[in-house]
Amino acid sequence: MTTSVTPATERRAGALELGFAQGGLEVRQFLRSREQVMFTLAFPAIMILVFGSIFKGTIGEGVKFTQYFVTGMIGTGLMTAGFQALAIQIPMERDRGVLKRFLGTPMPKWVYFAGKVLMVAFIALLETVILLAVSSLLFGLKLPSTPEKWLTFLWVSLLGITACTLCGVAFSSVARTGRSAPAVVTPVALILQFISGVFFVFTSLPVWMQNVASLFPLKWLCQGLRSVFLPASFGAHEPGGSFNLPMVGLVLGLWCVLALALCLTTFKWTTKRDG
Amino acid sequence: MDAIRVRGLRKAYGETVAVAGVDLDVSHGEVFALLGPNGAGKTTTVEVLEGYRRRDQGEVSVLGVDPATAQGRRGTGDPVAKRWRERVGIVLQGTGEFDELTVGEVVRHFARFYPAADDPATVIERVGLAEKATARTHTLSGGQKRRLDVALGIIGRPDLLFLDEPTTGFDPEARREFWQLIRDLQAGGTTIVLTTHYLEEAEALADRVGVIAKGKLIAVDTPRSLGRRDSALATVSWRTAEGAWERTRSATPTAVVADLAARFSGEVPGLTVTRPTLEDIYLEMIGGAA
Repeated sequence: MTTSVTPATERRAGALELGFAQGGLEVRQFLRSREQVMFTLAFPAIMILVFGSIFKGTIGEGVKFTQYFVTGMIGTGLMTAGFQALAIQIPMERDRGVLKRFLGTPMPKWVYFAGKVLMVAFIALLETVILLAVSSLLFGLKLPSTPEKWLTFLWVSLLGITACTLCGVAFSSVARTGRSAPAVVTPVALILQFISGVFFVFTSLPVWMQNVASLFPLKWLCQGLRSVFLPASFGAHEPGGSFNLPMVGLVLGLWCVLALALCLTTFKWTTKRDG
Repeated sequence: MDAIRVRGLRKAYGETVAVAGVDLDVSHGEVFALLGPNGAGKTTTVEVLEGYRRRDQGEVSVLGVDPATAQGRRGTGDPVAKRWRERVGIVLQGTGEFDELTVGEVVRHFARFYPAADDPATVIERVGLAEKATARTHTLSGGQKRRLDVALGIIGRPDLLFLDEPTTGFDPEARREFWQLIRDLQAGGTTIVLTTHYLEEAEALADRVGVIAKGKLIAVDTPRSLGRRDSALATVSWRTAEGAWERTRSATPTAVVADLAARFSGEVPGLTVTRPTLEDIYLEMIGGAA
């Protein structure tokens, strides 16, 4: 430990710069944990490989099952990256005292969340691109054909990932320890996937199950994505007789508001042990 | 005005009273060591001062600001709280590392939070991690992780630095180097509040030590005169002609030694003259309070 006098770096990082730096830090940490990268990015692609190889049939009008299944996988990918990852990762960081360490610095609190949001956005984008690439190369997935459909794809995905991310942050206060977090979060995510029409055609589910699923964002996210990847005529097969995009926007938007309110009021920076 | 001023601090967790009325003053530029057994209220007291914990009662001023300001919902969104956080460095026990990042990446990142941050490379060198600057933090040993904690605590050039058992896991050489770092920081005008279980560390570094037991500050003094150690009886021990050990406690050990020298007509076998160590005094105090 040597002593030397150096001039202070007399500059303060701008707020935006700080947020992006935090995002860079999160992305770097993600990319360096190989298991996480493999599971998060490859899992949906592997699921597509499995399901695409099992169900080679069509779901009517010459539309392949893959065309339906890819919407569920994109939705699941967004939910995993936003909800599941954060609801597990944040309690772990809280347990390890990472949050407490940030709390003891002048870092504005929002910077922590900005870092998480950028990380989620990065993962979600990469995952979706890989999924679409695998599906179109191996299973002949038809990508959206019109600018309108791409625009719908964009806003539904953005709103969906926002809702999932906020829900993930809000849900991070449910698990009391990092160790219990996967046990608390995984069943919620798994059940939502089964009842929201990710693995099965939604309308083939019991009506009561459809009604329960309608309370949660994943069902609407998938429905919005179906409007992008399935022909317009398939809207008639949806529960309400159409893809009902306004309702998709409304429900996802309401979840954003609700989850944000929960984040602002219940987020825990320290564990109970820390007081 | 003192760097820290505490009057009548109280904090209870349900039925358990952790801090039962603590008064404390720490001057600017002072190194103050807080000693006390686990569960005595040491950590609670320090965490109130650090702005991590709410208090039930009492007045607390740290660098002229009530640390509770930093605990509002706005946190560092409050300009006073932000400015205060910029001036206070904290080295906690067992805070999380960023396993996949390198030492340099973590220190450089934290430097962004402060308006007058020190040069990251210099700080890494000061804490003795220069050779580990490009190593991922999960490859560091316990003592090296602790050094990284210290680096993050001082990167913002704090006016006041809290160190919670900073040298746990250090080997003796690293501990000496750390002591030198603390002396350098003090020479630079930093006020330091230190908790430690190593009594020789408190003695080597602190201008004053405070002993907390059962939620109360039972003594505050210089390490040399804590518990009237400087005027305590000395113990003289030696070996008799038959080979047995003999000892006596005396206020005038020099006279005892002179007497022994006369009796043995020269060298006294196995002669030692000792005063109570800080640890002896401390254990006596803790025992008395428990």
